[in-house]
Amino acid sequence: MYKLSGVTKQYSRGKETVHALRGIDLVIEDGDQVVIQGPTGGGKSTLLQMLGALDRPTAGSIEFDGVDIAKLSETKLTRLRAEKIGIIFQSFNLIPTLTAQENVETALAPMGTKPAERRRLAAEALESVGLGERLHHLPGELSGGQQQRVAISRALVKKPKVLLADEPTGALDEGTRDEILALLDGLWKEYGLTFIMVTHDSHIAKSAPRLATIKAGQVTITDQARQTAPVSY
Amino acid sequence: MFLIYLRRELRRRKKAALVISMGLALGIALVITVNSVSAGMTAAQDKVLQSLYGLGTDMTVTKAQTSTTSTNGTPKFSFGAKDDSSKTQSSDNVRVQGFQTLKSTVVTQVSAQKGVDQAVGGLSLSVTKVDGSFTQGKAQSTTGSGQRGSTGGQPKVQGGGADFSVNSYTVYGTDVANLDLGPMTTSKITKGVDFTSSQSNSKVVVVDSAYAKTKKYSVGDSITISGTKFKIIGIATADSGDSTANVYIPLKQAQTLSDSKDLVTTVYVKATDSKQIDTVKATIQKNVSGTTVTTSADLASTVSGSLSTASNLATSVGKWLSIAVLIAAFLVAALLTSSAVSRRVREFGTLKALGWKSGRVTRQVMGEAFVNGLLGGALGIALGLAGAYTVTAISPTLTASLGSTSSGGGPGGGGRPGQQAAAKAIDIALTAPVSVNTIAIAVALAVAGGLIAGTFGGWRASRLRPADALRRVE
Ligand SMILES: Nc1ncnc2c1ncn2[C@@H]1O[C@H](COP(=O)(O)OP(=O)(O)OP(=O)(O)O)[C@@H](O)[C@H]1O
Ligand SMILES: [Mg+2]
Repeated sequence: MYKLSGVTKQYSRGKETVHALRGIDLVIEDGDQVVIQGPTGGGKSTLLQMLGALDRPTAGSIEFDGVDIAKLSETKLTRLRAEKIGIIFQSFNLIPTLTAQENVETALAPMGTKPAERRRLAAEALESVGLGERLHHLPGELSGGQQQRVAISRALVKKPKVLLADEPTGALDEGTRDEILALLDGLWKEYGLTFIMVTHDSHIAKSAPRLATIKAGQVTITDQARQTAPVSY
Repeated sequence: MFLIYLRRELRRRKKAALVISMGLALGIALVITVNSVSAGMTAAQDKVLQSLYGLGTDMTVTKAQTSTTSTNGTPKFSFGAKDDSSKTQSSDNVRVQGFQTLKSTVVTQVSAQKGVDQAVGGLSLSVTKVDGSFTQGKAQSTTGSGQRGSTGGQPKVQGGGADFSVNSYTVYGTDVANLDLGPMTTSKITKGVDFTSSQSNSKVVVVDSAYAKTKKYSVGDSITISGTKFKIIGIATADSGDSTANVYIPLKQAQTLSDSKDLVTTVYVKATDSKQIDTVKATIQKNVSGTTVTTSADLASTVSGSLSTASNLATSVGKWLSIAVLIAAFLVAALLTSSAVSRRVREFGTLKALGWKSGRVTRQVMGEAFVNGLLGGALGIALGLAGAYTVTAISPTLTASLGSTSSGGGPGGGGRPGQQAAAKAIDIALTAPVSVNTIAIAVALAVAGGLIAGTFGGWRASRLRPADALRRVE
């Protein structure tokens, strides 16, 4: 799935240069579930951006199914994101003016799915996360947990290979957090996904199958109770 | 998705859309109103100038003036002062207005000049008629030479046993062989018939409708001017409501009446090319000595009063104001659109993270700005039309005074036959006609405004990175 070698990311602002990632080597297999943990500013989000093809590394290579993301053109990166990568965020990032269903549909727009088909798939995805009754609600009319469910539907409606999550429960209370985590765990297995989640939460980290710890731009990976989802493709 | 997203954005962020489109609307409305009022001013000014020497006349030729003030000779009346009180006497004094005449040959000379299409001569007369009876004493006459158009003064003088009235009116001798040019072109025959080219020796008259009304003249009646009987063949109504003369007679008759054979007061000239007027003016002035050539531009520059003030305001201040407001509106629309993009950095970043192409996001932003522009255009046209119609509905009256204070050689009484001493003041109701062109300009401006704003916003949106989806700041 992923093979990272010597991935370095530097942000330069004026004379200052921030070394967010300093030579990361990491292999993630199909169907893996990896939790990335580490102190704030350690480079977790930066690594997730590299994995999600949102940004290119300064140096090193990121192989995604044998293709080096670092060398892909912008058009191809966009295409890769549209087809293969599902992503969810701490603050949900739903489009406030669109309904739940329409928000999910935005993930299908780049693939040229026909409107009727798009609506059907979106409704299905929302039903599968228990929001079949809230298709036409605006994000502002939904609770945090419900909004994150919409975001999860949006990430998965296109049947991606990878699901990336940056602190998906960071903005939720404990009860909701557990619900969402259980949902994600279920979907990981059901969809046969490679699931990579960044978290601050040591409780989550403890029970993670594989744990990657990032400190000062460097990673150490520990297999705690490694298991892989039954990959269906 | 494009349309759904566009609709949702516009509907759920109405305020932002309204602010942008209202800004554009104000600018566009101002352009429409100023444009229309300007058009109204131009129309009003044209009307004023036309009332002077008719349609199609590009310039007039008059005798170069020799003195600054007209030698306004006191008219003489010869009444036999008889003691017989029962006897009624009448006397007409016919004078050439302005006392400045040109030989008829000048007309031919002028028409032979390069660039001259047509030249027609005309003779303006003023007639002072005294009717009355008296036993003794002298008549203290008040000439009506200062009166313009209409009825003329009718002071009843009763002094020294005298009881008579003074009636003064103007007569214009028109070249019946050429009715296309000259003062009569601004009047329409509303009753009876116009002159025909064969009538140069006929004793026929066309009376201005306003004058006919006060005198209760109608077609078929006759008027006696200085002892000659003229038959009324037509009633003419001036387009501007302000006629050049009270009565019109064939030029030859006017020359006979005033004892000015082969003389004219004014030559009306039409140029072959209306863009070459200044050249033609120079040619005439050079080749035909002793003449003053007055173009409508010369006359326009002598127009003063509230019309010219307002007209200057509309063309200078109004134009710059609407340009300034329009630029401001465009800038505001562009800045607001761009700042709206800033507020939506995470939203657009997220869409890019979801695999939306830059172009798709840019198109979305441009679409919104474009609709805002169209909305602004529609609002602006509505506002502008309302503005223009309000002006038309109120029809503020503007006064135009025409150059009367000219000194020797100036355009003085050039256009208007005679009457150098009196200022010609015309009241004109201002209208603001909205032309299709103006509306087209407004629509173009709205589209341009939307596109400018959209380009600004779209450019900003295109520069956002998918990683902006993770930005904390909102
Ligand atoms: N766009 C950027 N420009 C400059 N510096 C950046 C940028 N993004 C991240 N950094 C810097 O890179 C380092 C790693 O940031 P990153 O967001 O990956 O940390 P993190 O582990 O996700 O932290 P947190 O737990 O607070 O989310 C930090 O020092 C951060 O300031
Ligand atoms: Mg982070």
